[in-house]
Amino acid sequence: MREKELEKLKDYKYGFTTDIETIKAPKGLNEEVIKFISNIKKEPEWMLNWRLKAFERLKVLQEPKWQKPKYPKIDYQDIYYYSAPKSASEKPKNIEDLDPKILETYQKLGIPLQEQKRLNGIAVDAVFDSVSVATTFKDKLTEKGIIFCSISEAIQKHPELVKQYIGSVIPINDHFFATLNSAVFTDGSFVYIPPGIRCPMELSTYFRINASDTGQFERTLIIADKGSYVSYLEGCTAPMRDENQLHAANVELVALDDAEIKYSTVQNWYPGDKDGKGGIYNFVTKRGLCKGKNSKISWTQVETGSAITWKYPSCILKGDNSIGEFYSIAITNNHQKADTGTKMIHLGKNTKSKIISKGISAGLSDMTYRGLVDISPKANNSNNYTQCDSLLMGNKCGAHTVPYIKNKNSKSNIAHEATTSKISEDQLYYCQQRGLNSEEAVGLIVNGFCKEVLQQLPMEFAVEAQKLVGISLEGSVG
Amino acid sequence: MLRINNLSARIDNKSILKNFSLQVNAGEVHAIMGPNGSGKSTLSNILSGKKGYDLSGEVLFENNNLFELETEERAHRGIFLAFQYPLEIPGVNTNIFLKTSLNAIRKARGEKELDAIEFLRLVKEKAKELKFEEEKLNRQLNVGFSGGEKKKNEILQMSILNPKLSILDETDSGLDIDALRIVADGVNSLRKKNNSFIIITHYQRLLDYIKPDFVHVLMNGKIIQSGGPELALELEKKGYENFN
Ligand SMILES: Nc1ncnc2c1ncn2[C@@H]1O[C@H](COP(=O)(O)OP(=O)(O)OP(=O)(O)O)[C@@H](O)[C@H]1O
Ligand SMILES: [Mg+2]
Repeated sequence: MREKELEKLKDYKYGFTTDIETIKAPKGLNEEVIKFISNIKKEPEWMLNWRLKAFERLKVLQEPKWQKPKYPKIDYQDIYYYSAPKSASEKPKNIEDLDPKILETYQKLGIPLQEQKRLNGIAVDAVFDSVSVATTFKDKLTEKGIIFCSISEAIQKHPELVKQYIGSVIPINDHFFATLNSAVFTDGSFVYIPPGIRCPMELSTYFRINASDTGQFERTLIIADKGSYVSYLEGCTAPMRDENQLHAANVELVALDDAEIKYSTVQNWYPGDKDGKGGIYNFVTKRGLCKGKNSKISWTQVETGSAITWKYPSCILKGDNSIGEFYSIAITNNHQKADTGTKMIHLGKNTKSKIISKGISAGLSDMTYRGLVDISPKANNSNNYTQCDSLLMGNKCGAHTVPYIKNKNSKSNIAHEATTSKISEDQLYYCQQRGLNSEEAVGLIVNGFCKEVLQQLPMEFAVEAQKLVGISLEGSVG
Repeated sequence: MLRINNLSARIDNKSILKNFSLQVNAGEVHAIMGPNGSGKSTLSNILSGKKGYDLSGEVLFENNNLFELETEERAHRGIFLAFQYPLEIPGVNTNIFLKTSLNAIRKARGEKELDAIEFLRLVKEKAKELKFEEEKLNRQLNVGFSGGEKKKNEILQMSILNPKLSILDETDSGLDIDALRIVADGVNSLRKKNNSFIIITHYQRLLDYIKPDFVHVLMNGKIIQSGGPELALELEKKGYENFN
């Protein structure tokens, strides 16, 4: 073997594949495949029609071209749009019925479902390829009237909620990748928090792409009803493959009056090898709607994986006094490319938004922060604060900041600060003189640089993220 | 403990140290004085492992070839440099830096790492001895510290790490009279335990508080004279120009 393989394994520890029997839709994108997906999920007719409407729309849409990272043409007919472990498509009722191989995969990922159920206080929904395989902690949540299940299950059991909110934040005809998702989404998570309820635990999803040539198109919908609160975590991994794999998820958040949603992501998709071969294309659409007054949506992301990351978790601040926040750490190394940032759309009065973005680039990588702050004429007394810091390691990487600022209200204001710095040789020498090796030194400096964002993550995740930051930059100095 | 034989150093083809030799035994304090640009900081950097020099000659630390040890390995083995210009590291909390450093060294030596409580107890005690305001330890490393505070912070680190060989590169420059005393006390208390020092200074004053065993005069990358403490006094009277 395959010294190269071993070398790679060392670099990306989640890069194993699991050998399980799968059910796949035929390759390609067409009405038949969409019907296949809808049928295998036993969806009601309105859902199928919705998908088909998206597909109609998709036919006239073009892939966006304005983003900085360029990628080779994707052949949409050469992708499997549905791939599921055989045993999971028969929908086990509880974790104990799962294929032991799948359970083993989650163990390797560090998500021992059984353990978590008992110890951790985090409810996990795990999406394996295209199907949501297990949701832990159901009982405890049900007690409070909280719905946390796969979106497929929600479509069947809570159609009124899904029907009302799906596509209400990311319209069916939004843009190419979002529309593609609407047509072919396979699974994802659904959360509903009833009025006045504070969700007693972190809710969590782990996404994993396993089968080759599969696109992963999850759809997540989170609704926080009046006066409720929920914190949601999303983690991602994928096996190493030489070909690129497409990941185009849609995440919609809706916060009603006085509700708060905190959405955290630690994204560690396979970034490709040192020479830029393979890796995930992460073209995700994430959008939150602060629909009610005094509502709040906060995005926190730690983006270290993927060959190309291209995402802008956004907030539409519709309700008066609503608040949108975006905290981001994006790290690119080797040949990775990221074009990421946020959009804050201020529609209501007294709306506030805050953007803290920390970009770190190393190796030959390239990073762009792209952010829009748009204050509409009616959004009196609104304000935005943006702080956008870039840290460069070495001379061969790039960092760019592209802010779009549209203030159409004279009573509102926008403040933007940006810095670019470099880890100096002398700083590293100083740390090494104090006994740290170069990797520890970089880890310390970088974690200091991202501290404000790391602090936003729930405890368990913060520790994991901190380690991930160090691992992602390994070998980028000296 | 430290033996430097015919060390020559060049950078960008410029010769900085020329056949420099020095021996430091356990428990000794050596003062090095010399005009600006004579190579004092270069010597400190070479000993502590800064990269980028063309070196020839030999340096042994406890009978090991120093050039074969990485920068951090030298720190693990007990070499400490108090920088002439301590670096600022934005975002990194001073306490966390200190703890990470101490634990990295302890770990490398196979000693038990200190937990947060043990560390805070130690740092509190040392900060108190050095009259270093604890509040500063919660700030970003050296960011916004005054010149003197940065120097004191170096000495605080020294006393926490308890090195075998400490090199103080103009630690006294920029210190007020009281701080000078405190720093000297810090050095003297470590000295008792048989640790060695190379103290680089422009002023005889520091040597009133820290009595050196040897004083060396460095000019143009070479030691031109060595002697006892009286040499520093003589130098102060005459200046470098009329020395020789
Ligand atoms: N990286 C470098 N590139 C070129 N020249 C250098 C470099 N580092 C040091 N020098 C030169 O080497 C000489 C010695 O410098 P060094 O910093 O060791 O002096 P010093 O004795 O510490 O002086 P001071 O008392 O001012 O601190 C100086 O002429 C300096 O300009
Ligand atoms: Mg100097």
